[in-house]
Amino acid sequence: MTAALSISGLHKTYGDDFVALKGIDLDVQPGDFYALLGANGAGKSTTIGIICSLVNKTAGQVKIFGHDLDSAREQAKALIGLVPQEFNFNMYEPVQEIIANQGGYYGIPRSVTLPRTEQLLKQLGLWDKRKVMAQKLSGGMKRRLMIARALIHRPRLLILDEPTAGVDIEIRRSMWDFLGTLNASGTTIILTTHYLEEAESLCRNIGIIKQGELVENTSMKQLLNRLDTENYVFDLKQETAVLPPADAGCAISLRDPTTVDVSFNKQQYSLNQVFAYLNHHQLDISSMRNKTNRLEQLFMDMVTTDRPAAKIEAWDDKRTNTQSTEASTP
Amino acid sequence: MNRQELWTAYRTIVVREILRFSRIWVQTIFPPVITTALYFVIFGNLIGPKIGSMDGHNYMDFIVPGLIMMAIITNAYSNVVSSFYSSKYQGNIEEMLVSPVPNWIILAGFISGGIARGLVVGIAVTLISLFFSDLRIENAWVMVTIVLLTATLFALAGLINAVYAKSFDDISIIPTFVLTPLTYLGGVFYSISMLSPFWQNVSLLNPVLYMVNGFRYGILGISDIPVGVSYAIIIIFIILLGTFSLSLLNRGIGIRS
Ligand SMILES: Nc1ncnc2c1ncn2[C@@H]1O[C@H](COP(=O)(O)OP(=O)(O)OP(=O)(O)O)[C@@H](O)[C@H]1O
Ligand SMILES: [Mg+2]
Repeated sequence: MTAALSISGLHKTYGDDFVALKGIDLDVQPGDFYALLGANGAGKSTTIGIICSLVNKTAGQVKIFGHDLDSAREQAKALIGLVPQEFNFNMYEPVQEIIANQGGYYGIPRSVTLPRTEQLLKQLGLWDKRKVMAQKLSGGMKRRLMIARALIHRPRLLILDEPTAGVDIEIRRSMWDFLGTLNASGTTIILTTHYLEEAESLCRNIGIIKQGELVENTSMKQLLNRLDTENYVFDLKQETAVLPPADAGCAISLRDPTTVDVSFNKQQYSLNQVFAYLNHHQLDISSMRNKTNRLEQLFMDMVTTDRPAAKIEAWDDKRTNTQSTEASTP
Repeated sequence: MNRQELWTAYRTIVVREILRFSRIWVQTIFPPVITTALYFVIFGNLIGPKIGSMDGHNYMDFIVPGLIMMAIITNAYSNVVSSFYSSKYQGNIEEMLVSPVPNWIILAGFISGGIARGLVVGIAVTLISLFFSDLRIENAWVMVTIVLLTATLFALAGLINAVYAKSFDDISIIPTFVLTPLTYLGGVFYSISMLSPFWQNVSLLNPVLYMVNGFRYGILGISDIPVGVSYAIIIIFIILLGTFSLSLLNRGIGIRS
């Protein structure tokens, strides 16, 4: 089967000497929902820019459903829809015009784009705003406008660069549903995001870019299976002052009188044993949750190891947490 | 894209361009009309009678074609320079760059938008000039073709300016330091036969002179320059700037990193 997106040996050097991409090889299969993750400045938008003809590549090959960008750019472009990271529409144009015009650039007549625009705007909850200048939309509405615009020519590959940045949780959920339905109806989707729970819940496959290199390209399941340590937080019904020591393979500590942090190695220990321990010591649990998102934990381990110290100050808490639980796990 | 699709894309760009300047007509159409009306009143009505005749026509009749042409030139230019630059600045040029629309259609669309604004302002100014002089058009075909070609040429120049512009200041540098002097010295207000032979020869290096005179020939039937030469000069410049603009777009100068 022809890959929806096939990239090989992709290099990008900005100016004379800034190497942003150092040889990316990546295939995304038709129908996939693929997450492209990476820290700020890793090279996600650069990769997407090259795929969408907004950035000139330095070397390498990009094919969209078999159409090489170098030899069949027009056919390739017709198959892609892009939701860029930055707002890039004319702020002084009405919403409806922006979307219908985009169809026009693909050669689709207005008799077709107008009903499609209506349908998309209704699906994305922007129909009431159709005559409003784009400038007057809220941030989340602007994101949805760009999604509608990207879909006007019914692309087979939709690429979204941080579509949910600055979008409230309710709209974000409805965007997820929307994208899920779109994917189920056959559209291949590539998504970048810094909300890892979003990637975890939506995407089947995942690639991680680190400083211009693809350091991971695998299925979400396989990646998450690699996580050895599970971290949970339990809330207790009654206050407790001390915790008796736990078994080997599990680290338990009291954060405050009603909160217990538990971390254990999946291979050696199980959640049942944790419950057994809590029961045994008559600690009543009112609720429990994952301490951090599982993907987030893996991601941090992969991408933050050699960041300059100054940049990770804000993340120190999380990192020391993870490290201490790892250390206390035999 | 097939022919039908190319046409749809072209029409989309042109209509969008026309809507753009129409929406902000207070900034785009109104000011040049006011300015030109002032020229008519001051130079034509108040000062003109004191000047007497120029090339056998009264001064008002002489400057009307030049002033109309000046309005067309400035507006064709500034429409493209501001529209193209702001689409770079706001990023919406990317809407076209991601789509399969070829660069020559993008170019044609923007240029047509510039021509459209040049024409709208030109027509408005012409209507106003009727209050001050009774224009009889000697050669309508020459008048119309010279207008279209001149508007095309300056729209192209505006696009090149926009491609290189890195800030809003850059889009006013060329109009201020190149365009305005060239039009003022391009025989709008005087016949170059008034100048000494040396300055006459210098004037001949000014492309605007050929356009103003070509247009004046269309309206009054008089010109400092043979009208064939006017056509030749304008067309040569269009070919040069057109080829250059297209190569800038193809290379993605100023629009693709
Ligand atoms: N036009 C440009 N000129 C020079 N350098 C650039 C340009 N665009 C991006 N870069 C650099 O290339 C690197 C990769 O940037 P890119 O935008 O691809 O990162 P990203 O993974 O999308 O990050 P983020 O998550 O912050 O959006 C960064 O170091 C950035 O500074
Ligand atoms: Mg980015």
